[in-house]
Amino acid sequence: MQRFDAIVIGGGLVGSAIAYGLAREGLKPALIDEGDVAFRASRGNFGLVWVQSKGFGAPHYQRWTRLSSEEWPSLAAELKERTGIDTGHERPGGVHLCLSDAEFDERRARMEQMRAEAGNFGFEYKMLGPADLREMLPGLGPAVVGASWTRYDGHANSLYLLHALHKGFIARGGTYIPNRTVDYAGVAPNDFRLGSGADEISAPKIVLAAGLGNAKLAPLFGLSAPVRPQRGQILVTERASRVFEMPTTTVRQTVEGGIMIGDSMEDVGFDTSQRPDVMRAMAERAVRSFPFLAELQVVRAWAALRVMPPDGTPIYDESEKFSGAFTANCHSGVTLAGAHANAFAPMIAAGTLDPMMAPFSAKRFDVPQAA
Amino acid sequence: MTLERVDFAVIGAGPAGMAAATLAAELGLDTVLIDEQEAPGGLIYRGIERAEDHSPLGDDYLAGRQLAGALRASGATYRPATTVWHLDPEGTLSLISGSGTETLRARRILVATGAIERPAPIPGWTLPGVMTAGAAQIMLKTGDLVPSGRAVLAGQGPLLWLVAAQLVRAGATPAAILETAPHRNYHAAARLLPRVLWPARRALWKGLSLIREVRRAGIPIRREVTGLRALGRNRLEAVAWDSGEIAADLLLLHEGVIPNTQISLALGLEHRWDDAQLCWRPVADEWGATSLPTISIAGDGGGIAGAEASALTGRLAALDVADFLDKLDPAERDRRAGPIRAALRRELAIRLLLDRLYRPAPAILVPEDDIIACRCEEVTVGQIRRAARLGAQGPNQAKAFTRCGMGPCQGRICGTIVSAVMADTLGRPIQEIGAYRPRAPYKPITLGALAGLDAE
Amino acid sequence: MFRRRPEAVGPTVTVTVEGTELHVPQGVSAAAAMLLAGLASVRETPVTGAKRSPYCLMGICFDCLAEIDGQPNRQSCMVTVAPGMAIRRQRGKRSVGIE
Repeated sequence: MQRFDAIVIGGGLVGSAIAYGLAREGLKPALIDEGDVAFRASRGNFGLVWVQSKGFGAPHYQRWTRLSSEEWPSLAAELKERTGIDTGHERPGGVHLCLSDAEFDERRARMEQMRAEAGNFGFEYKMLGPADLREMLPGLGPAVVGASWTRYDGHANSLYLLHALHKGFIARGGTYIPNRTVDYAGVAPNDFRLGSGADEISAPKIVLAAGLGNAKLAPLFGLSAPVRPQRGQILVTERASRVFEMPTTTVRQTVEGGIMIGDSMEDVGFDTSQRPDVMRAMAERAVRSFPFLAELQVVRAWAALRVMPPDGTPIYDESEKFSGAFTANCHSGVTLAGAHANAFAPMIAAGTLDPMMAPFSAKRFDVPQAA
Repeated sequence: MTLERVDFAVIGAGPAGMAAATLAAELGLDTVLIDEQEAPGGLIYRGIERAEDHSPLGDDYLAGRQLAGALRASGATYRPATTVWHLDPEGTLSLISGSGTETLRARRILVATGAIERPAPIPGWTLPGVMTAGAAQIMLKTGDLVPSGRAVLAGQGPLLWLVAAQLVRAGATPAAILETAPHRNYHAAARLLPRVLWPARRALWKGLSLIREVRRAGIPIRREVTGLRALGRNRLEAVAWDSGEIAADLLLLHEGVIPNTQISLALGLEHRWDDAQLCWRPVADEWGATSLPTISIAGDGGGIAGAEASALTGRLAALDVADFLDKLDPAERDRRAGPIRAALRRELAIRLLLDRLYRPAPAILVPEDDIIACRCEEVTVGQIRRAARLGAQGPNQAKAFTRCGMGPCQGRICGTIVSAVMADTLGRPIQEIGAYRPRAPYKPITLGALAGLDAE
Repeated sequence: MFRRRPEAVGPTVTVTVEGTELHVPQGVSAAAAMLLAGLASVRETPVTGAKRSPYCLMGICFDCLAEIDGQPNRQSCMVTVAPGMAIRRQRGKRSVGIE
């Protein structure tokens, strides 16, 4: 029987960022994870550290994302220094391309609303026309009508981040326990036990960061995490010399040179199979955006399941029934890594969530719809 | 362009695919045979339609003409220079060829993509001038091309001796043969000899004749070679081993062949680690039916058995599919299968011996730390071990941490090495560690082709 | 590294390898043409610039990647020579053509 200061369930980007943050706060955490074959949203990530589309209708989410984006550079630097792994983080701003006037108008309206909702916090954006865009993005196609741009956006390598967080976690004294499915033995306020006999581990704090697995786990701890899978497919091309300095929501170039293309959103349950017709649609849009991409070979592609809360906004909660139990759920494990490691983890270490997290609680789903 | 649904789609025009497609068409199935190459034959019978009567490649090779001829004469639709880039087990194949992308639908699909050379990760194996023995054979088959300088053959297995003999006949006698089959392999094989001597007498005789032919050519032969390494700065200059060294321009490595499991793994078929052949094999029954109802496997892709056996398992799969699609009743299927199975038993008789005699030394599966495991991304064995110690539980997590398996070959070369290295590091059986899960596109495809733009 | 057997018969095809004209047997791959041309290496890797040449010649290893008729990163062992084909080494990452 092993005792820890905290147990984090889920070794993906969310769990490992929180676990890393806890270890940095001086706790001795355990990070529980599944085996080699699991849904693992983190392995399917596009790699954006994205602000401009986050928190539409939910200003607290907007602010949380901005906070994370501000924390990212210091987290990246710290991880590089401690683990030697460069997460490839760049923050040149980012662009959302519009391929029709209707898309452009809709986007502008959305950006305006984001700004209005941000209030005093502020949200600066620009709507750009093709001439300005072409300077930022070489090879832009004639089909592109314009784009929204903010300076807050950037990108990083999601797998290097995962690797760095794991390595950093262990370097700071964390214990990684893989190949475990959670088979709880006991849930009591500030006393959580998983497993049994010699395998049993316990801690006064527990964080549910198991992605799609949280939906079933949460109620056991007096929490609610009604997340659903949303499939996304990604294509990656052969390595090419550097073309794009600026990421877009659907096309970005990695540090190695491959160009990544996203960004499908499919409601198909727990199905991680690829669909040629979806891949075709993604390729079509990419080639319309940048005609020169047509010549590039796709060498790799995959499908993964995003962890999607009902309204798209993250769910952060602490259990009222079982004090010491927390949960974190989102579909932006890369973007929010800064917040998870540098803001959320300290809250857990302190024992309770800051009042600013209240709007993220799953209680918001209990509110009856306004008539 | 979307075609109507055919009965039977066969992927791979080697002996298994050719035999299956030919028989299926004969039995009245609407059959399509798809293959990447421009002519039939797969690897073993590559270039067979252009072969000359007195080819240095020998009579076993020329026997492939019959299969190719029968295919051409059959009612099967043969689609050469066509690549399958995605396969939906529901029965939809996504194809790419010179005329762009297309979709083919089939009721049943046979994956007959054959075997690949087992990677031989010796120090210096990525140097220019280091190739596989099979590569030299392809040069001979496709253009009568032979090594021009000092060629050294190294490794073990029937193909090593076959290629040596073929090169001698072609007037390009190798400078040396370094056989790596360890001492204990010969002992273990000798113990099996009484059991296989009679059933495998033909194959044994052929093998011994081949070795005799090679010896008669006067090539220096070293046995039980250990510590094999390729030396040179930017290209091969010499081949060294624990007790010797020889200058060389070309090193032809061979450590046996293993099933090409790229598509079978991508489909999510159940696989098992075969400890006798030290490779992954898709789990299939005696008709080649797999864990997915629409997919069959035949040929070396299901387990190494050789060209003749591949044709036989191809035919068994065709019979099974014909039964399933009601072109054949089960009794007739079984009746026709009888002689095929008898022939198959004869072909398989020697396998027990070959698998033991030519079992690769441990360092072929689990090399030293500083050797490159993933050639594409240049990831060393040591880096993979470190990923395992950091917590990666299998090849897919190791891939996430190290990039191994992310390059153009998508894990084809490094797959077995990575699984074996992780098993060794974590102290668990390879079966438990698992294999890569490859995804589409199975071969690269341009964004333009994917988007449906016309091919240039 | 390789040569044609003197006994070999059959037509040849004229291609260029790194700009130099070469007559190769009809039906061979572009990779074979580069080996016949005696190139010290066929490509430089995009990862470290290490020099590579074909390893398997059967479409598995991708070490034969070369630029063929202006298109980079093609598996040269999977491409049959055609008259006038321009075959060049693949030097690291491909470049991208933007007007």
